[in-house]
This record gives sequence, structure tokens and C-alpha cells, in this order.
Amino acid sequence: MSLSLVYTMLDSQPAMADLMRSNGKLYVVVGVVILIFLVLFAFLVFLDIRLRKLEKTKGSK
Amino acid sequence: MPFQWSCFRTFGANNLEALRLPIWVKFLAFVTVISCVFLGFIVDVPRLDILNETIRNLFFHVTSWFAMVFLFLLSFIYSIKHLSSGLEMDDRLAKIFTEVGMVFGIAGLVTGMLWAKYTWGAYWVPDPKLNGAAISLLAYLAYVVLRNSFSDPITKGRVSSVYNIFAFVLMLIFIFILPRMTSSLHPGNGGNPAFSSYDLDNTMRLVFYPAIIGWILLGLWISEIKFRMEALQINKTK
Repeated sequence: MSLSLVYTMLDSQPAMADLMRSNGKLYVVVGVVILIFLVLFAFLVFLDIRLRKLEKTKGSK
Repeated sequence: MPFQWSCFRTFGANNLEALRLPIWVKFLAFVTVISCVFLGFIVDVPRLDILNETIRNLFFHVTSWFAMVFLFLLSFIYSIKHLSSGLEMDDRLAKIFTEVGMVFGIAGLVTGMLWAKYTWGAYWVPDPKLNGAAISLLAYLAYVVLRNSFSDPITKGRVSSVYNIFAFVLMLIFIFILPRMTSSLHPGNGGNPAFSSYDLDNTMRLVFYPAIIGWILLGLWISEIKFRMEALQINKTK
């Protein structure tokens, strides 16, 4: 049994995504999720503007 | 009128302007949801066994359920309003809030299942919290089916409003009361770690509470768009 494994077993800290944080790749995932939410909100704003236009044409009649 | 929301123009609710959100509410929804999604990944969270990094689901899965409960509460209020006022618009608002709430509920159920697969080893376990959530959603599904089964608008409004009040109470019992009375595996129930005073530290609260507000406002925004679409349809058929 390697020494590092023993150290890992003795380590009482619960496992967290420390590796993902240390090499910075976690922020890629954060970026992806933020992008998805931005697109979703952009779609909502688009729907809102479309509806406003439709409502205006209704009102002018 | 017993309930008056400052941002809702509910006066004379039979007109088609009954649900209008000011622009700052939508902006607030955007800012809080985006920033809480970002911070939800970044902030330091307590190191807990079993939960590990999935404690961050609090910012996504739990807020989705909170949005659902809030929308169902609005639906419940508008059903009571409909029974006292008899206005068709109140019943329509109750229906819209239920439908949008169900979207958040289904999102909560599916994200919960994904989490359960990696935490408990199965997508579904016979747990009071899970079964209660599923039963509540089925009860609301029954509301939609029941409401669509009437052609007479007066009967439709009356019967579905009465049922909706029943469904809301049922949801509260099945999601919030029963899982706490028996033992449940779900975090926050039966002594399992979740957002109790011991586990939810102040950093998490700082993100969690704005996230709840943001998701609720997002639900309101979607409801508003749905309402305006239906209002246009009514205008068209007139």
C-alpha cells in the first residue's frame, strides 16, 4: 500500500471538488451554466418584446 | 378584496391587464438568478459527508421547489378570490400559476432524481418526501385535467377552484408535514443534514435567500407572459 493512499485514508476531510478548483476547470462549467441561463433570459426578453408589439397592434385597431 | 399585491394590478380583475409586472421586477429576476447561479458554484460551502459538493443543489433544486410552492400559493389565493368574486380572470390566473408552478415542480423532481442516483444509488426510493412530492404533482395534474373537462365557464371556475384549495392543502401536508413526522432520507428530514441551523452557514444563506427571491420572480415573469398570451387570444376571439 502506497504511503499516499494511507494518507488519503487517514484524511478525515469529506471529499470535495478541490482538484477541479485547483486546475481551474470548474470555471468552465460555471461559464457554460451562466451562458445557458443568459440565453434563457434573452429568450424571455424576446418573448416579452414580441408580446408588447402584438399588444400594440391590437390596441391601435 | 382581501389580497392586494402592489405589483399586480388586480383592481377590476376581469380586464386583460390583471397581471403586469413592472420592468424592474424582471430586471431584478435576471440579476438575482444569474448572480446566484454564478455564486452557487463559487462560494465556500461546508464540508459534509454524503452530501459533499452536492450541497450546492440547495441553490438550484431547492429554489425551484420554493418557486413552485410560491406559485401554488398564488394559485390558491386566486382560487379563493374567484370563489368570492366569481370573476373569470381570477380563475384563469389560478390556472396559469398552477401550470407554471408545475414546470418548476417537475424540474425539482427530475433534478432530485439525478441527485438521488448518485447519493442513494437509485433514481427513486420509496421515501415519504419523494412520494409526497410526486403525489402533490399528480394532484395538480388532476386539477388541470378536471378544469379542462368542463365546458361551462361558471361550473369550470367553481369546481376547479374548490379542488385547487384542496390540492394546496394536500401539497403542504405531503411535502412539508408528513416527511418530518416519519423518517425520511431526504436532507432536512428525519435528522439528515440540510439547511438546519447547524449545516447552513451564513455564506450559504447569503446566496440561498436571494436565489429564492430570484427564482420566484422568474416564475412570476413566465406566468405574466403566459397570461398576456391568453389575453391576446381572448381579444382575438372577441
